[in-house]
Amino acid sequence: MNVAVLQFPGTNCEYDTKYAFEMLGAKVSICWHQDHSIPSDTDLVVLPGGFSYGDYLRSGALAKFAPVMNDVKKFAQKGGKVLGICNGFQILVETGLLPGALKRNDNLHFISKFHHLKVVNNDNTFLSKCNVGEVLNIPVAHHDGNYYIDEAGLKELHDNGQILLQYCDKDGNNQVLNGSVEQIAGVCNKEKNVFGLMPHPERAMEELLGCDDGVKMLQGFFS
Amino acid sequence: MKAIVNISLKQGVLDSQGKATHHTLDTIGFKEIVKDVRVGKQIILQLNTEDEVQAKAEVTKMCEQLLANTVIEDYEIILEK
Repeated sequence: MNVAVLQFPGTNCEYDTKYAFEMLGAKVSICWHQDHSIPSDTDLVVLPGGFSYGDYLRSGALAKFAPVMNDVKKFAQKGGKVLGICNGFQILVETGLLPGALKRNDNLHFISKFHHLKVVNNDNTFLSKCNVGEVLNIPVAHHDGNYYIDEAGLKELHDNGQILLQYCDKDGNNQVLNGSVEQIAGVCNKEKNVFGLMPHPERAMEELLGCDDGVKMLQGFFS
Repeated sequence: MKAIVNISLKQGVLDSQGKATHHTLDTIGFKEIVKDVRVGKQIILQLNTEDEVQAKAEVTKMCEQLLANTVIEDYEIILEK
């Protein structure tokens, strides 16, 4: 599998993401934001975490106009798989490839810690190796992770099975982390080829680093 | 001419910064006078045109494409000579 990891000025999770996918057997290339195309043999594009363009204006707002994004949009529209983690998720909602928006955390704090997540839907490539209701333990590290969508949009997410993950406690009961609508931590598009989440599965790849629940998440892309 | 763009969260979208600021104003003695607080941002553009119609049209496009996230934000454009 060939993975293209995008790199904007201010991205800081590109090498962790490369390491994680290489560990699972993928061939990974890092694509600079000024590139006009992604490699033609790309199977998965990953927009990693960080602070693209210093989070200026709004998180992800300036990155959506980077030259490389034109090709990423075309790739997604043709059904190519795209994953946005943290700032990558923010870029995907700004681009319109995913519905909703990400606001400042309700308590106004940058939140950085391990947090439990409940798998809501697994009839998609990303979470195909996880069970519905399964509780995962994955680090979060964000300031603007408060997912917002209006009522009509939320209904569509429910109707189409687009909600991927919700913040919860260790027993799977929904738990407020950042003020997100229905504690949503990750969503996908209607076609189920574009995925976004605030937590960092690439930081949970080895027991030595606290947890390896990220492995079964990212492995979904290898099926 | 100059265009001043005021951006704020839509009514109905919780403004946590406004709420926290309101709370602090309450605690430092402004509880009686302050009814509501909204925190937004202002973007000031110097334009190479004196044509108000053109300026309004172009700045509206900028707001829709980049300056505001219309999922959660409203914008207001004020033109000054």
